[in-house]
Amino acid sequence: MKNKWLAAPYVVWMAIFVVAPLILVVVFAFTGQDGSVTLDNFSNMGTYVPAFRNSFVLAFVATAICILIGYPLAYFLSREKLMVRKVAMMLIMLPMWMNFLLRTYAWMTILDDNGLINQFLSAIGFFNLWNAIFGTDLTCFHMINTQGAIVLGMVYNFLPFMVLPIFSVIDKIDPKVIEAAQDLGASSSMVFRKVIFPLSLPGVLSGVTMVFIPSVSTFALSRLLGGGKTLLLGDLIEMQFLGNAYNPHLGSAIALVMMVIVLVMMAIMNRFGEGEEGVAVL
Amino acid sequence: MKKSLALLTTSALSLSLVLAGCGGGASGEANDPGSADKGVVNVYNWGVYIDDSVLEDFTAETGIKVNYDTYESNESMYGVLRNDGASYDVVIPSDYMISRMIEEDMLEPLNFDNIPNFEDIDPALKNPDYDPENQYSVPYMWGLLGIIYNTTMVDEAPTSWGTMFDEQYAGQILMFNNSRDAIGVALKYLGYSYNTTDEAQIKEAVDLLIQQKPLVQSYVMDEIFEKMQGGSAAIGAYYYGDFLTMQEVNPDLAFCLPEEGTNLYVDAMCIPKNAENKENAEIFINYMCSTQAGLKNCEEIWYSSPLLSVREELDPEVSGDPYAYPDQSILDQCESFKNLPANTLALYDSEWTRLMLASN
Repeated sequence: MKNKWLAAPYVVWMAIFVVAPLILVVVFAFTGQDGSVTLDNFSNMGTYVPAFRNSFVLAFVATAICILIGYPLAYFLSREKLMVRKVAMMLIMLPMWMNFLLRTYAWMTILDDNGLINQFLSAIGFFNLWNAIFGTDLTCFHMINTQGAIVLGMVYNFLPFMVLPIFSVIDKIDPKVIEAAQDLGASSSMVFRKVIFPLSLPGVLSGVTMVFIPSVSTFALSRLLGGGKTLLLGDLIEMQFLGNAYNPHLGSAIALVMMVIVLVMMAIMNRFGEGEEGVAVL
Repeated sequence: MKKSLALLTTSALSLSLVLAGCGGGASGEANDPGSADKGVVNVYNWGVYIDDSVLEDFTAETGIKVNYDTYESNESMYGVLRNDGASYDVVIPSDYMISRMIEEDMLEPLNFDNIPNFEDIDPALKNPDYDPENQYSVPYMWGLLGIIYNTTMVDEAPTSWGTMFDEQYAGQILMFNNSRDAIGVALKYLGYSYNTTDEAQIKEAVDLLIQQKPLVQSYVMDEIFEKMQGGSAAIGAYYYGDFLTMQEVNPDLAFCLPEEGTNLYVDAMCIPKNAENKENAEIFINYMCSTQAGLKNCEEIWYSSPLLSVREELDPEVSGDPYAYPDQSILDQCESFKNLPANTLALYDSEWTRLMLASN
């Protein structure tokens, strides 16, 4: 019982840096510029539907791509030798040692119309070949300042958060369970479908949570990779605090609506996850 | 027990008095270099807007340490100060933002006894519209806005703001990522004043910007340097001083003063209301108005200097540059931003959001 006190620093930390700001967000959201209690901040929320749609659609696509790339990677990695796994884990973590913004700046240089990819393709004569075959007049692939580039930025930055939880869950599946399935005559695809996949779902769910939430609320990516042409929720909220429209009350209201939507989605997903295996998401 | 407590309190008190005395003394004799801690000055300036060595010179000369941060638009600077996000001693907003901050009581009047170099400021820039009695601000740099274009990427040299809306440059246009400047470009093209409060005119301008959105490569502020220098965009609106910097890197760039007229802006040094080191701030402002610092800054960022002595010292090629130090015929075509009434500012905010939310 005494050991409970060891958690005290974290509880204090949470209270100051998580709970208190949350309360402030709620207070700001329900007050006006003059400090009076009001619902005005929410009455115009309909205006911002495009920003909600942009953010949720792009985050959804990015999360789906992360599952498609991350799940097979985590699955095959868990079957590898210890040494390979260690090196691969290292490589997955390595980009995270560098600042998020710097990595994104690097992508700007790579994706630009005069960027590394286009320069390379042009140097090897790819565009000449392409134009000769298709009769087009292509000088570069236009990649930067598109929604695709924003999704790429999300996938690149958040993929490790998908791979790691899936990997750690699959890695811990008791080999005896798989052997038992095989003993009972299951084919290897059946073992995967009936045993491994359901057992790995908690990892997928926490991966989805850890990719989807930062993707929904991200803001610099749209500015840097999307040319500022696709307004995401993060940008909209930032605009209310540090940008052109100074209105922290509206900003808090938008942030609050976003949090509620995400919470509801997570609650639905957890319900779905519990139905499968009765394991709570990390 | 009580005695020792009293002793402790007294010694703590006297210690704090000694410390306070030190602090006061330091700012009082700040011109004496080399001696103990002279405190700090927290400066908040535009990005890419100073010769960094000037800050080192300042510290070497005065002993005052400079904490230097940058912002990229008047609006983001305003947001930080309004949020009490940080306490700064010197900020360098543009004209219209200064008058807004004066109106909202966010600036501290300056003590010009501590800023003798103010004498060197061009009289034409003293007592400006944005600070009629010249109580709150000392000009830092000024200049003209115009169109920067890459001569290898356009068919003919632009003459009008209309180039920014020309469909043949689809995907090659860089537009301002802040409401006042972006809406200003459209207002000028339509022949309206930058300072119009007519709702219909502002909405018409934003409608035009929404039509323009599919043509825009990206909405930028200082990212424009990299994009114009690297040749990834053909056309962008930005400041003449920055154009000179970009042209050093990419000689293919050229500058156009649009025929509809353009924006003349002044960025001036101010002290925010809650500044903790007001005297150091005034020492800093005075130092920035010295010929030595002004010349270094001018030759680094190429904006027009408000200091008469700097203009004399500059290479005649620069000081004779008609866009850097324009004559009356050009000045007559220019208009400065003024602060807008609160309901117009609110309209700018909602119209800007409408533009940002519009689909491509």
